[in-house]
Amino acid sequence: MASSAPFPSGPIRQHRGRGVAVVGADIDTDRIIPARFLKCVTFDDLARGAFADDRTELANAAAGPHPFDRDAHREASVLVVNSNFGCGSSREHAPQALMRWGIRALIGESFAEIFFGNCLALGIPCLSAEPDTVRALQEAIAADPGAELLLDLEALEVELESEFVGANRWRVHLDPGPHQMLVSGQWDATGQLLAHDGDLRATAARLPYLAGFVAG
Amino acid sequence: MSAATLYDKVWDLHRVAELPGGSTQLFIGLHLIHEVTSPQAFAALKDLGLTVRHPERTVATVDHIVPTTSQARPFADPLAEEMLATLEANCAEHAITLHGIGSGRQGIVHVIAPELGLTQPGMTVACGDSHTSTHGAFGAIAFGIGTSQVRDVLASQSLSMNKLKVRRIWVDGQLQPGVFAKDLVLHVIRTLGVKGGVGYAYEFAGPAINALSMDERMTLCNMAIEGGARCGYVNPDQTTFAYLQGRPAAPSGEAWERAVAWWSSLASGPDAVFDDEVRFDAAALAPTVTWGITPGQGIGVDEAVPTLEQTPLEERPLAEEAYRYMDLQPGTSIAGTPVDVCFIGSCTNGRLSDLQAAAAVARGRQVAPGTKAFVVPGSEQVAAAAEAEGLDQVFLAAGFEWREPGCSMCLAMNPDRLEGRQISASSSNRNFKGRQGSASGRTLLMSPAMVAAAAVTGCVTDVRELLQA
Repeated sequence: MASSAPFPSGPIRQHRGRGVAVVGADIDTDRIIPARFLKCVTFDDLARGAFADDRTELANAAAGPHPFDRDAHREASVLVVNSNFGCGSSREHAPQALMRWGIRALIGESFAEIFFGNCLALGIPCLSAEPDTVRALQEAIAADPGAELLLDLEALEVELESEFVGANRWRVHLDPGPHQMLVSGQWDATGQLLAHDGDLRATAARLPYLAGFVAG
Repeated sequence: MSAATLYDKVWDLHRVAELPGGSTQLFIGLHLIHEVTSPQAFAALKDLGLTVRHPERTVATVDHIVPTTSQARPFADPLAEEMLATLEANCAEHAITLHGIGSGRQGIVHVIAPELGLTQPGMTVACGDSHTSTHGAFGAIAFGIGTSQVRDVLASQSLSMNKLKVRRIWVDGQLQPGVFAKDLVLHVIRTLGVKGGVGYAYEFAGPAINALSMDERMTLCNMAIEGGARCGYVNPDQTTFAYLQGRPAAPSGEAWERAVAWWSSLASGPDAVFDDEVRFDAAALAPTVTWGITPGQGIGVDEAVPTLEQTPLEERPLAEEAYRYMDLQPGTSIAGTPVDVCFIGSCTNGRLSDLQAAAAVARGRQVAPGTKAFVVPGSEQVAAAAEAEGLDQVFLAAGFEWREPGCSMCLAMNPDRLEGRQISASSSNRNFKGRQGSASGRTLLMSPAMVAAAAVTGCVTDVRELLQA
């Protein structure tokens, strides 16, 4: 399905939404969106590609269907994953597909670097957490898919309220740079980069390879 | 010599400003673009009313979606045709050089930039493709970026970046005959893991690295990202300079001498301080093959698929998933595993020396019955050079197909793909589930010579046995 919720904009200080857990280490961007969906010149239609092959594989399996195909997660906006999520290809189509499906934040043991940066550029926080926290969250989501997660980006805490599994609160981590960029609304880098054209000229002027190797 | 690493020196030189969020604005010396990750960036630029800041610092080619059989336009696939037409229109509108099909310079972006002399020591190189780490072979700081960042480089010739730590991968000894840079990097990833490099740049150094050709250094740096390291690099030396001299975009005349002097000053000094160091012995390595679904799941060709008991606890769920997906039994030898398709090519191993190594195995032999084998040169220049020395005829006589340049079956965004549960021996870089175009297709990564050995025997075979024969 494709979500109709607005895309992130401005400061990202908190987010409230249901969770969906995709379990497993080293889930790469080919699995998040298979390459055939990259044959496009816009990102508009990517929601259908999110985890496409995994969803097909699990559609009729005993362990299925895939979490993204379960009615209980239809409204989910917080994706809870394990370690090294988003490794492999640099394709921004991966976070774009997740965002267009409805994901607005991720919590995981760890994230691949390029994927993390691609999410940041879209205003989607990738919060890291201890393996125990991730396991507790994944279990709570399984037990009560309707429970809402409250992400407090300023305090770096996540709270889960559920009439079935009770209330709980965990610490999450975000490096200071990305943290500040998200809560201040400065995660869209283009404007900041354009603000220093004088410095850019000065940098270019001192690069030997731009000046016949005379400088430097 | 200073205590700084090459990474530190290049980073400092390209620093433009510190940004409010705490990251650094870094000048990008060379921006490479292709048809898959650039169209949305150009569209965003237009939406923002911006232009390309330094069109002369961006270079384009087409690689991912091109067919490798007939490259006549329009392509049979209308989506592929639309992507190339969009790239052509964007490059024309913004005065960006495009090395298109038939130009003599088209090819995989990470093959053509080095062979044109565009990639040089001391540069920052960015491209919307994770294998941009390839260019680190020249002593450049090169990394893959997403499409929003492609937009940023187009708009400002710079990126918002955070500095990485540097891990030195020191490799003693020499690779033995039949063992290549591909085997070395698969061994490094096997040892340090697919996320071991997250947060690091990998500096590859030591006697074994010094002895590598530029093609082999590119193979090595290409796969740094498969170990989690966004960039990998080798300090520039005489091998680097000899490769660059005379290339179209390389400096010439008096500028050449000044360039070499500057490039030489960039190498990490003997007292450079690294955040971490790991040592390997090249002489101990066997040809390496992946058996699983990440590039870290590799073993020597003389080893058996690891059992669960031999696997660290935290890696067991992934190992079990890999046994199921690959349909390989733990404890059985990887040698002798039958293969259906053999693919030689990609930005990892589609260069001339890769084709030479594969041809040396294919020469005078025949592709095994029931096995499909094909060779995809990394660029039009590689194809021309290979044909000039008759490699195409060696492959054709042995029953391989000889194709046109492109990314081909590395990622299956073009007609080249696995069908159903086919298993491939592939000289590419990723064995992820579904990577080669079939949701149940299986990939065994190995060197081009090992792929050729698999092709002529129909199964995974230690190439050293064939080289001795």
